[in-house]
Amino acid sequence: MSCDDNVDCGRRRLLVATAAVGGVAGVAAAVPFVASMLPSERAKAAGAPVEVDISKLAPGQMMTVEWRGKPVWIINRTKEMLDAMTKIGDQLADPKSSKNMQPEYAKNDTRSIKPEILVAVGICTHLGCSPTEKFKTGAESGVDPNWPGGFICPCHGSTFDLAGRVYKSKPAPDNLEVPPHMYLGETKLVIGEDKKA
Amino acid sequence: MSKVNALLQGTLNWVDERFPLTANWKAHLSEYYAPKNFNFWYFFGSLAMLVLVIQIVTGIFLTMHYKPDASLNASGVPVAFASVEYIMRDVTWGWLIRYMHSTGASAFFLVVYLHMFRGLLYGSYRKPRELIWLFGIGIFLCLMGEAFFGYLLPWGQMSFWGAQVIVNLFSAIPVIGPDLSIWLRGDYVVGDATLNRFFAFHVIAMPLVLLGLVGAHIIALHEVGSNNPDGVEIKKKKDANGVPLDGIPFHPYYTVKDIVGVIVFLMAFSVVVFFMPEGGGYFLEYNNFVPADPLVTPPHIAPVWYFTPYYSLLRAVTYPLLGIEAKFWGVVAMGAGTLIFAFLPWLDRSPVKSIRYRGTMTKVLLAIWIVGFFILGFLGTKDPAYKFFGAIPGAPVAQILSVYYFLFFLTMPIWSSLDRCQPEPDRVTMK
Repeated sequence: MSCDDNVDCGRRRLLVATAAVGGVAGVAAAVPFVASMLPSERAKAAGAPVEVDISKLAPGQMMTVEWRGKPVWIINRTKEMLDAMTKIGDQLADPKSSKNMQPEYAKNDTRSIKPEILVAVGICTHLGCSPTEKFKTGAESGVDPNWPGGFICPCHGSTFDLAGRVYKSKPAPDNLEVPPHMYLGETKLVIGEDKKA
Repeated sequence: MSKVNALLQGTLNWVDERFPLTANWKAHLSEYYAPKNFNFWYFFGSLAMLVLVIQIVTGIFLTMHYKPDASLNASGVPVAFASVEYIMRDVTWGWLIRYMHSTGASAFFLVVYLHMFRGLLYGSYRKPRELIWLFGIGIFLCLMGEAFFGYLLPWGQMSFWGAQVIVNLFSAIPVIGPDLSIWLRGDYVVGDATLNRFFAFHVIAMPLVLLGLVGAHIIALHEVGSNNPDGVEIKKKKDANGVPLDGIPFHPYYTVKDIVGVIVFLMAFSVVVFFMPEGGGYFLEYNNFVPADPLVTPPHIAPVWYFTPYYSLLRAVTYPLLGIEAKFWGVVAMGAGTLIFAFLPWLDRSPVKSIRYRGTMTKVLLAIWIVGFFILGFLGTKDPAYKFFGAIPGAPVAQILSVYYFLFFLTMPIWSSLDRCQPEPDRVTMK
């Protein structure tokens, strides 16, 4: 700012200082309003682990439980399903699960603790739709004559295999998330917690 | 009689000394001179105002009965969903008010799209009307926000999953995305907190901004004056009193003309409200008659028709770029597809404004763009594996049209200045 004869520089400085301090106060006053839109304490507390009994889950079947408001799938994969999964590695974006979408103990070929039981969050990593199960293989699935079984997202067409691994060149960038989970017994599963009991 | 007149005149004088009532009446109506050659395309500005009034009035009455509450009632139905059913079945005339509001949403977009197309045809965004156009783009964006926030309120399956997808768009932004989407939802999933804040945005925050922008749009318009189908400035030829030779007072000439438009519009609007309020699943989607279920996405989800062209742009991007995932670039394409209109005043380099005096190149490129916009919109209503006639896959068609969508605008400075234009007339013509 230039100070010429017509400007009282002392007053101008006071004016600028007042505007600056007032501006800071204005921004500070916005903080409570902006922060009030964050998840409330109640919403944060609502994420307790869920216990599931999987004794009635027959091979080839899937069940859905709710954890933190999201669908969590538990799938009991048959031998054929697991075999089919090993043949499609080259079609997948991240076949080795190298991205951090699962706990360490699920970073294996089946993305699970027990090879046949998959636990995965049923939310597409693209924009959050819940993919639809397409377990029937081949043309019967309506997906593709070579379809080995898996999931297809109804929103933008991303496809996943039976370990929740995403296929290449699909909108979804990552494999489905495997949530922290652990077994309390042969057929009792806890989702949302993985501390050694 | 003269005593009554004197009393009225006295009252008016009393007001005018305290508030510029007569001055405003003259400035905006009785002595606002609009070009005399307005045609069919000039109905849609006033119709947009009419629909705005319909939406505000019906909206006020809907808020008297609607409850933004996602918790389940004694019958296990979400309270918000149940309150909409209550409006439809138990509130006296509630069905009419709600159908007027839901039909009004589609009507608003129809009218605004036609209003914007008029701008494209006659170069209404060109100097000196750039700010009118920018305020208009602001209105368009606000309207999209209103439609999006409002669509969550019935808390049906489409409400829920539509909001889920759109809020997750923000999570695609690198670094801050995931936290930003949690902040927008107020929870880790779309839930009660989301429903309540969307209600607040829908009924108060966005309408206030919208009204402010509509005011600015009209003040700017009345400052520079309306364009017309010939794209020539009527203010260049004035009579001895400073009145444009080709101008006629807005009131009574265009108020009366616009009433004809209003009547025809209300006839069509009534047909939809009374006989086809669902609009074949395009105005009210069938899946939205099912209460929101956070565990099951409906087998086919699509936005309401007015969002589908941009939804196609979003889906068209399937390749990662610069080390950032495709999802982010899809969001960028969608955002750019809506914002690119704002740059029109500076992209268009044609020596003439109106399509009437532009060359073949402009007409052909614009026609292809419009057809492409319709096809993108159509594909946006279909699932990603859709094939035309069961043979031609839709996805690559959408990708090609998406590229054209942007190329049309980005190359506009070149083709608009190369095109062979005819000379503009000095005065408006009456075709």
